[in-house]
Amino acid sequence: MRINCPLCGERDLREFYFKGTKLACPDSEEWGADWDDYLHNRDNPAGVSQELWQHVAGCGVWLIVMRDTVSHVIGRVAVAKDEVRDAG
Amino acid sequence: MRFSGWQVIKQGLTGNKGWKPQWRKPEPKPEYDIIIIGGGGHGLSTAYYLAKEHGLTNIAVLEKGYLGGGNIGRNTTVVRADYSQPGNSEFYSYSLKLWETLENELNYNIMHSQRGTYRLFHSDGQRDGFARVGNAMINQGDDAILFGRDELRKRLPYLDFGNTRFPIFGALYHPRGGTARHDAVAWGYARGADQRGVDLIENCEVTGIDIENGAVCGVQTTRGAIRAKKLGIVVAGRSSQVAAMAGMRLPIESHILQAFVTEGLKPVIDTVISFGMGHFYISQSDKGGLVFGGDLDYYPSYAQRGNLPRAEHVAEAAMALMPMIGKAKLLRSWGGIMDMTPDGSPIIDKTHIDGLFLNAGWCYGGFKAVPGSGFSFAHLLATGNHHAPAAKYRLNRFNAGDLIDEEGTGSQHNLH
Amino acid sequence: MRVDGYGRIDRGVTVPFSFDGKRYCGHPGDTLASALIANDVKLIGRSFKYHRPRGILTAGSEEPNALVTIGQGGAQTPNMRATMQEIYTGLEARSQNAWPSLDRDLLSVNDLFQRFLSAGFYYKTFMWPRAFWERVYEPIIRRSAGLGALSGVPDLAKYDKAYGHCDVLIIGAGPAGLMAALTAARAGADVILVDENAEMGGRFLFENQVLDGAPAMDWVADVLEELVTMGNVRLMTRTTVTGVYDQGTYGAVERVSGHLDRPDIDAPFETFWRISARHGILAAGAIERPIAFPMNDRPNIMMASAVRSYLHNFGVVAGQRVAVFGNNDDAHRTAQDLVSAGVEVAAMIDSRSDISTDAADYPVYRGAQVIDTNGRKGIEQISVQTQSGVKQINVDCLAMSGGWNPNVHLSCHLGGKPIWNDMLNAFVPDPKNAAGLQVAGAAAGIFGTKGAMKSGIYRAKLVLDALGMKAPSMPLPITGDEALEATPLWEVKAKGRAWVDFANDITTKDIDLAVREGFGSVEHMKRYTTQGMAPDQGKNSNINAMAVLSDAMGQSISATGTTTFRPPFAPVGLSTLGAGGVGQGFAPHRYMTSHDQTVEMAAPMVETGLWHRPLYFPIEGETKWRESCDREVRMVREAVGICDVSSLGKIDIQGKDASQFIDFIYINRMSSLKVGRVRYGLMLREDGFVMDDGTCARLAAQQFLITTTTSAASQVMQHLEFVAQVLKPEWDVHISSVTDHWAQFAVAGPKARDLINQIVNTQINNDKIPFMGCGKIKIGSVEGRVFRISFSGEHAYEIAVPARFGASLFEQLLHHAKPMGGGAYGLEALNVLRIEKGFLTHAEINGRVTADDLGMGKIAKQDIDYIGKNAAMRPGLTRTERMQMVGLKPAGACKMLTGGAHLFEVDDDASRVNDLGHVTSVGFSPTFGTNLAIALLNNGFARIGEQVKMVDHLRKVTTICEVCDPVFYDPEGRRIRG
Repeated sequence: MRINCPLCGERDLREFYFKGTKLACPDSEEWGADWDDYLHNRDNPAGVSQELWQHVAGCGVWLIVMRDTVSHVIGRVAVAKDEVRDAG
Repeated sequence: MRFSGWQVIKQGLTGNKGWKPQWRKPEPKPEYDIIIIGGGGHGLSTAYYLAKEHGLTNIAVLEKGYLGGGNIGRNTTVVRADYSQPGNSEFYSYSLKLWETLENELNYNIMHSQRGTYRLFHSDGQRDGFARVGNAMINQGDDAILFGRDELRKRLPYLDFGNTRFPIFGALYHPRGGTARHDAVAWGYARGADQRGVDLIENCEVTGIDIENGAVCGVQTTRGAIRAKKLGIVVAGRSSQVAAMAGMRLPIESHILQAFVTEGLKPVIDTVISFGMGHFYISQSDKGGLVFGGDLDYYPSYAQRGNLPRAEHVAEAAMALMPMIGKAKLLRSWGGIMDMTPDGSPIIDKTHIDGLFLNAGWCYGGFKAVPGSGFSFAHLLATGNHHAPAAKYRLNRFNAGDLIDEEGTGSQHNLH
Repeated sequence: MRVDGYGRIDRGVTVPFSFDGKRYCGHPGDTLASALIANDVKLIGRSFKYHRPRGILTAGSEEPNALVTIGQGGAQTPNMRATMQEIYTGLEARSQNAWPSLDRDLLSVNDLFQRFLSAGFYYKTFMWPRAFWERVYEPIIRRSAGLGALSGVPDLAKYDKAYGHCDVLIIGAGPAGLMAALTAARAGADVILVDENAEMGGRFLFENQVLDGAPAMDWVADVLEELVTMGNVRLMTRTTVTGVYDQGTYGAVERVSGHLDRPDIDAPFETFWRISARHGILAAGAIERPIAFPMNDRPNIMMASAVRSYLHNFGVVAGQRVAVFGNNDDAHRTAQDLVSAGVEVAAMIDSRSDISTDAADYPVYRGAQVIDTNGRKGIEQISVQTQSGVKQINVDCLAMSGGWNPNVHLSCHLGGKPIWNDMLNAFVPDPKNAAGLQVAGAAAGIFGTKGAMKSGIYRAKLVLDALGMKAPSMPLPITGDEALEATPLWEVKAKGRAWVDFANDITTKDIDLAVREGFGSVEHMKRYTTQGMAPDQGKNSNINAMAVLSDAMGQSISATGTTTFRPPFAPVGLSTLGAGGVGQGFAPHRYMTSHDQTVEMAAPMVETGLWHRPLYFPIEGETKWRESCDREVRMVREAVGICDVSSLGKIDIQGKDASQFIDFIYINRMSSLKVGRVRYGLMLREDGFVMDDGTCARLAAQQFLITTTTSAASQVMQHLEFVAQVLKPEWDVHISSVTDHWAQFAVAGPKARDLINQIVNTQINNDKIPFMGCGKIKIGSVEGRVFRISFSGEHAYEIAVPARFGASLFEQLLHHAKPMGGGAYGLEALNVLRIEKGFLTHAEINGRVTADDLGMGKIAKQDIDYIGKNAAMRPGLTRTERMQMVGLKPAGACKMLTGGAHLFEVDDDASRVNDLGHVTSVGFSPTFGTNLAIALLNNGFARIGEQVKMVDHLRKVTTICEVCDPVFYDPEGRRIRG
């Protein structure tokens, strides 16, 4: 697998770290269903998934990667910081 | 037909024409008492124990492809009971006891071979960690021996004790651990369930779960609707998709675990060895192939195929640990889809929907669990009560914080 | 036997080699198979299950029968294809799976009992008595199974790994691949062209074809000459692409020196390539398909194309009186070529009855089939069912051809399934799902030379279009375009065993039995019979097996479908795939700057993560590690000790929001920390369990330096980046790991400050650097940092200097410490010191403990949010009966404490239901003269002062212990403030 890091260009899978599905972290300071969902439950789609990767052996940037879990085709790759900030 | 050496001779003398199908190919009936979705190892053993232990025979196992086509046929066949956390200890111990009488019970040679498993450690700290596990195994009534480097060297002289990157300090040995012939386990349970009247229905994909007033009433399949008041989902690798049919979102991510086998070789490794620093483990099959594997590919996938970096890393670990197998040639690799949970332990539980039961989340420990999982899930389906050895495998334990985290790696699914 | 005037090998040079100890000669360019054929050796091996005599079937990497062992000692390589192994002077090959000899193999008795050894027989027996499986049955089965043997000693040859990058990777250098390469290369694309054979040319090597009126190999030579001079082309022979992976990643094995008697000393045996290609063209050709007729496995029954290959490339034939059995026109070429070479063709047996036989120079039997063969160690006679009855024909070689199977494998590695083509009677790649490959030539089912070359150009043009490059105009050489006329023939239905899978000894009867027993799905059949699981990976058998299965199931082949094609395409040596892993290569080493001096001081090293750290520093007269450790502990308690702590993670955090950020990652408050002060900190994972602990120093208003444990350094760094970039992107925070930038030494003990003051330019004192203070120091001209922190409970500092001065600082510290009664201490003493003081390591922070479990709940902030705060509120994490961290000391006659032992009530049995916890860390404390331990104990805080029983079944130790506060040493902290 190769991922196109927006900062570095296309790089081999070996340079990247997968953390999980990209999820919005709940705001609440109390434990509740939203936190349970955030930490544990997943759509786990057989298809396109929005994922969090880090270019850990490269520039260190965290990325939001649209990737198909069946074909492994990679769509849009965005810098997480920009995405989250723009969304927020 | 009972299998035996005499039967093999008798049939051989008559051209092997007298053998019968090992299970029927029945048409689905309109209604069953219990439907098991998933004809893998866990589903088949569940059906078998429902029939055998609870006398329930109006049962169907629905399989979208062929029986035993999931992870039961895509693993590295290791059977062991070397867990330390409450919940896991008693469960895997129970499962191993079932393994030990399975051949004769099923009248099927599943080639369960208790050739022992070694888990190597590489520092004093790791030794103490393994001692904690070994003591937990003995507390549970299972067996474990801590070998130092000298004793281990006598037993496994072909490991690289001289120059390997992570020096071998010793190993935790589990004499009753071993391997079994994976496909045969599925077929043996299938034949046993079929003989007791269970309908095993292949090429029957469940496309919908019918729920009325919060209770299960049947399923839609590619072979028509089938009614049942109790439904067990046993589809590790596809759990999220099937549960979604009931509107559920599970604490599961699907990840690929690769496995590898070499060309056939004369006997060279007579046990099971795992190399923790390299995420590598190996045994040799009765056909002579070295069977080995490593860590997850780390990203979710339903593709049943692995990536190259992981394959290389596994081979590098093999070379680091035992360079004498370098001239063996890798023949095949494959990938299984693992239900990874946030604590690395499985789920055997009811759900919030009446009559809907879930058996999932086996991570990459599912093969050794097949007898115990089927037994406990059958108990739950039949009686509505949790079977004691599996009583901690609750679906709400993540929310409750009652985790069974053997590795201590926390709530990131792929780290277990 | 050699045939004069044929072959492309150099007969002027003789190459001696041996097989099973007997010496033979071949010529440069021979494979072991061709050289053995030249020497009239027919019997090469024994079959897997029935130990039947086997010879050479093919001339390629798909060979199922002629597997031999090459070499001795660590170089001993089992299961080498004689058809691929090139000979060299001194090559030693041995047969395998035969005992006592290839000629007389005792286990060939299995063949007599074959009726009892049908598919899956072992599932039905060997179950009684139970204990006999491991002791009797299984060892016998294991010994008789397997093929070749490993030597049991390490493979010491060199192996390498390499990366390749290109615009287009072309797999196979036959007619299609060469045309594709030429087209792409002339357009200026970066091309890698690989071929698994020793020479490029593909099928041209093995035929007598003509291009533009000249031998086809002349054309090949011209093309290669052009390509080799171009700067944008890499030609790789003896290279097999083994797998296709996502986004244009390919694995390939290059056989570098296994064909040489004196390889370059620096050359690897093989190199594993990872090739990243923007596009790929698959031109891997096709494999001829055997026919399942009774007794079709005898030595010298060969593929018809292989017979031609041996004739044209090597100038050898396997027999003097050859019969050809086929269902297609291509088989006739074998007969014709043999006749042209002066070899007698005793019969051409064509299963088709509607063919013309007028022009043939050899006897042709139309509508006929081979229904039996004879000859134990080589074929001697065939029985042919002709239209006029059964005819016996004496032959010494039988060539067979059931048509051709395109090499679709690589096109299916990303999950695509090939499509059954009724015209070709073969599976061809699905163009819509071919692993991103353009498929050309015979691999795509285009068998004629002209068509293959055209398709090579066409596929290259598609690739060039996608690359945005202009395709050159490509003239085609003048050549024939032989279509493959064939009528399917998978199986000859006659009495006797007909092999489908030669390598695993699977016959049509086994497939019938599988169907009879309900294993009729193609995956079940494969698993039940083991068809396709042998070294040839089903390359010779899959299609026939599916056809036989389809027939037995009464369905079409396309309905039966294929099993899955998986990497590797051809078996790959573990040494090759695992190149670099042997010995020290498996993982990088991390050395501290004091490493050389430490080793010089004879300190035994241990690895923590990837770091090498000293265990202890023995001095003269010390023979046991405990003596050194005890001395080092006393040295720190009484004078001063120096310990390199550079492996601990150091992370620099700066920015406008740095203080807010730090508050968010630690459970305790850091924003109130003053510049020049240090605070202990504990951080949680998002799930509320403890991730790591360390210190946090405020170097400036907007700059913090935090430390992590050695083992969690990268995890913490990644976590912080996650928090900064994903959870709090709006905060202005910059994080960088400076672990490698600074060498850092703990200087601990009552004389620590005295020692430091001997080397720093400006003296430090309690006012300048109070307990938990930090600041700058200068040593000579070197600027450093000092932190007054302690992991030992003593008055202690950590001094940091830029890494390049680390070795020098270590030396200076040691030099000045010695007269003060001080010196270096290692991990053993460090561990004892911290146990005495009740400090944590990852033995306690095991991923399952909460801050409360460690007695740290009291430092948590209540008012503001921090990572893990919510998740730590879950009921399971806040129960009082959780395991909590306590100290233990022996309270009975037995004084032993052991790490990993479990804890019980004094009167309880040591069983799981009574388990109360376990010992995490143990050390002998010279300070207290006893073993001390840290443990995680159920409801431990409430049990301080009580007794528990420690049981270690593994080491056979039972000790009654007193539960204590984990801070054994100086609980008031007077010394640390000193």
